[in-house]
Amino acid sequence: MINVRHLIKRFGGSAVLDGIDLSIEQGEIIVVIGPSGTGKSTLLRCLNFLEKPEAGHITIGDLCVDAAHARRDDILALRRRTAFVFQNYALFANKTALENIAEGLIVVNRWSKNKAHSRAHEILERIGLADKANAYPASLSGGQQQRVGIGRAMAAQADVILFDEPTSSLDPEWVEEVLALMKQLATERQTMLVVTHEMSFAQDVADRVIFMEGGRIVEQGPPSQLFQAPKDPRTRDFLRKVLANQPINPMG
Amino acid sequence: MSILNVDYMVGLVPILFRYLPLTLAMALAGMVLALALASALAVIRVLRIPGLNGATLLFISFFRGTPLLVQLFLFYYGLPQVLAFLTQINGVTATIMGLTLHFAAYMAESIRAAIVGVDRSQTEAALSIGMTNGQLMRRIVLPQATRVAVPTLMNYFIDMIKATSLAFTLGVTELMGATQKEAAGSFLYFEAFITVALFYWVIVEGLAWLQRRLETRLNEAYRR
Repeated sequence: MINVRHLIKRFGGSAVLDGIDLSIEQGEIIVVIGPSGTGKSTLLRCLNFLEKPEAGHITIGDLCVDAAHARRDDILALRRRTAFVFQNYALFANKTALENIAEGLIVVNRWSKNKAHSRAHEILERIGLADKANAYPASLSGGQQQRVGIGRAMAAQADVILFDEPTSSLDPEWVEEVLALMKQLATERQTMLVVTHEMSFAQDVADRVIFMEGGRIVEQGPPSQLFQAPKDPRTRDFLRKVLANQPINPMG
Repeated sequence: MSILNVDYMVGLVPILFRYLPLTLAMALAGMVLALALASALAVIRVLRIPGLNGATLLFISFFRGTPLLVQLFLFYYGLPQVLAFLTQINGVTATIMGLTLHFAAYMAESIRAAIVGVDRSQTEAALSIGMTNGQLMRRIVLPQATRVAVPTLMNYFIDMIKATSLAFTLGVTELMGATQKEAAGSFLYFEAFITVALFYWVIVEGLAWLQRRLETRLNEAYRR
């Protein structure tokens, strides 16, 4: 359903993404892991054109974008088929929880305000924040803000939701509620591409885990294979370091 | 030394009230036009629109770099000599023009700073759901920038109300012009000018009160 071919992104002279090839099936949950600064977030941001890749092709359904020659319409169309969840939530500070979720429906999808608000209410129910509809971001906890951020992405009905380290900015007490919501989405077979350092989430939820280093995909496979029997020494090395302070349950 | 002629001062107040509408009208017209122009200039500066960016910088530099009085004389006395279609320009129009251009130059920079101050991640979030640059500005950035800019912009409005008094130099009979005429007739200069000073002061304090109320409302979304 989603096909990325030879995606390249450079900052200055160095390639942050050095020819990424990736296919994602509908309903697939993919977790991307790897050391900091290896292009994981950049990959997500390029798929949404928050960063403009220098070269490569991105295909989502019947939409095919040639990164080197992407026109404004291509970029808007691509963004409308991908939704993004930010590390720092990035909620619209001037809008309530309800309005944050409804905003895209009203402005981008041209829904009536009533229809958008009633959809936003449904989503607030699903993310367990029905009672916070009229709360502004400043009055919500980090966990609640991120759940609204996920709600905003859900509203877009995009083909894929891109999660860029969704729990990294959260105080530990809020991590669990955000992961629980992501797990709930996973059971609904929402297509997800998740960059995270939460190894147990990857272990429990992912259909496929991708290990990236140096702007390349080094190794990928189902979590059982990647965590229990990594083939590449770089993967083994990375896993040994992170799993030392973050053990996962091999039985799932 | 004679004591203050209070009766004269009290009698002056109803006369001043007759000229208040013109003063306020010039300030309001100037403010609305200046806000529109300043917002456009600020967006040009923020987006660094090629070609227009340089012109904007030059505009801001000139209108901040020269006195308002000079600009008013330039529009009223100067321009009609070179631009034939301006021969009909009257003092009120010239004043509104001058106030608009002069204050737009200052306000553009305040608005630009307020726009730049809106958290960058919200811009990305708006773009990520497929908003266009225009939608992003209208729905997300400008409403938040407004909150930051309002105190400064209100100060400019207050300044603009006082600056309308310069219209008197173009032969416009507004608050200041009316006072000048009254004073010239009665020779009670101190009484006349202290009355008009108090008159301006009360207007400005009224606006400052409005400003505080407006700020409270704009900050609603940010209370924890």
